Amino acid sequence: MGLTLVYGVLGVGDFAHGDKMGWGMFLAFFVVSSEGANLGFAGGQFGSLSFGWGLVVGILVAMLGVAALSLVLERLVFRRLRAAGGTFFVFAIASLGISIGLRAIIQLIWGPSNFRYTPGIHPATEILGGIKVKPDQFFIVGVTILAAVLLYWLLYRTRFGKAMRATADNPGLAEASGIDTGRIRYGTWIVGGMLAALAGVMLGLQAEVRFDAGFRLLLPLFAAVILGGIGNPWGALFGGLLVGIAQEVSTQWINTGLKPGIPFVIVIVVLLLRPRGLFGQAR
Amino acid sequence: MEQLIVTLVTFDGAVNWTVGFLTTVAIFAILALALNVQWSVGILNFGVAAFFMVGAYVSAVLTLPPPEGLEAYVAGWGLPIPVGWMFAAIAGAVLALLLGIPTLRLRDDFLAIATIGVAAILRSIANSVEGLVNRSRGLNGIDGLLQDEVSGGGYRWVELAIALAVLIVVYWLVSRATASPWGRALRAIRDNEDTARASGKNTVRFRMVAFVLGAMLMGLGGAIYAHRSGTISPLTFSDLLGTFFVWTMLIVGGSGNHRGVVLGALVVGFFWFGTPLIQESLPDWLGSRVFQVRQLLIGVLIVVFLLWRPQGLLAERNRVSRFVSEGPDNQGDERATILQRARRAMSR
Repeated sequence: MGLTLVYGVLGVGDFAHGDKMGWGMFLAFFVVSSEGANLGFAGGQFGSLSFGWGLVVGILVAMLGVAALSLVLERLVFRRLRAAGGTFFVFAIASLGISIGLRAIIQLIWGPSNFRYTPGIHPATEILGGIKVKPDQFFIVGVTILAAVLLYWLLYRTRFGKAMRATADNPGLAEASGIDTGRIRYGTWIVGGMLAALAGVMLGLQAEVRFDAGFRLLLPLFAAVILGGIGNPWGALFGGLLVGIAQEVSTQWINTGLKPGIPFVIVIVVLLLRPRGLFGQAR
Repeated sequence: MEQLIVTLVTFDGAVNWTVGFLTTVAIFAILALALNVQWSVGILNFGVAAFFMVGAYVSAVLTLPPPEGLEAYVAGWGLPIPVGWMFAAIAGAVLALLLGIPTLRLRDDFLAIATIGVAAILRSIANSVEGLVNRSRGLNGIDGLLQDEVSGGGYRWVELAIALAVLIVVYWLVSRATASPWGRALRAIRDNEDTARASGKNTVRFRMVAFVLGAMLMGLGGAIYAHRSGTISPLTFSDLLGTFFVWTMLIVGGSGNHRGVVLGALVVGFFWFGTPLIQESLPDWLGSRVFQVRQLLIGVLIVVFLLWRPQGLLAERNRVSRFVSEGPDNQGDERATILQRARRAMSR
């Protein structure tokens, strides 16, 4: 269940990019989630949680690293493409190339094997009605809620957030009103990269650290984003929950191997019935 | 792979490798041409692997004998191979119709997401549904066309001839299609959909036809691949090899230019399949990582070409018809690139 909230945060990562979603970014956080594992010096454990200070440092490093990576990619690739007048097509293909490259780099450095932040089995404790929850999962849910609140504050309570939303709505108009859209873009990449990194670490904590884990999440993520309406962070959070629950519950009736297909079915159904998503505004 | 390097030392070995390599490239060139048809109307198909896979599996199960022992797959009617090819193309078309109906009239990015999704779901179905296509064991012993008639080592030449013949037919077909008034309408839709619509073109229908046509050719390519390699499994149709690899060929060769796409298939194919050849002569630290390095380079290649040579090795020709002379306008616009097209589209 913790995983479902992670989807939400990840999905939020692309809210300001709208159409030109950073595919490469989704893989970028992944780089850092394994980096966090390597940097996570043994720092004891917090109570019954499976990790200590090492992971906290790892999260910070991951967030900074992916934010920096996103900035570099923006400068090296996306800004040039934008200057040349690129559209969604060009960005999509370029980010595809970046995603392939980033995944290859992960494999080059850490190899194709799986890792865990802390080896060993972490028992789950029983709470109400026989539902078992690991302490880590409380942590994940807590971090997700915290991230959502912070994002809300950033978007709706600061000048920067206001400028960001204005840029997302209409870049031309925002620029005409004296907003430095270039800076806003950088800021958006930073926020997106940080959220992505955070979600990557949470995913690594909940499941395992794998070189293609980020890539495998791509479809559920898009499902969540489309379900919530593109560009709507709250919709994405809710969409992420819904997709995650649907995936888990579906195993009651269908073959577990088919689980990855659930988000796809959701995408198609949503596109057929309500293309702008559950909470999307008419375009 | 080690065996491959040993065989290359001899002349026969080199010839055999080249024949096999060209066969593979021809099959991928078919996929890339098919993708070019879809791209020429601005369809972003990130699920080439799905159509490739459907074609391969459909043709395989139709032509294989009934399952025995541990094997478990549907059909197995032992039909003639050309019939398998035909149904592979039909299967690709059906899949494209199913996908296109909900997504083609919506935003461009939805089809991209839907296609990448369908590739993932098809792989998981093939992997997990018992009795459908042998799950992860894959299908083995798929016969090649004329395999019984031609014995021994000569058969690889037949394989090459088959792949090249199909490639030539496909090339001819897509060249004719895109040079026709229909093809001009496709370009018009890609460059400026609103203008095309204002000129009375049913843009959704044009896009659908192009999508289905491309998917048919991809299905056909899959069938040829299956009969050539003799064994297929869900792993064969990864996003990397089945989809992104084909996109790289398109971008490197020159999207919109069929000759460029075939050239791109040759160049990227040589880069990809040739890497194992030099593996032995590389220092150890690099040699053991050569597969990751080439994956990285594929990614870099896409980005570099988009940034510095977006028109690819061979640019799309601006002359739309042999009945129109290349006027001064066209000459000035020699370097028509994806970016320029995109800019035009942006100014809608």
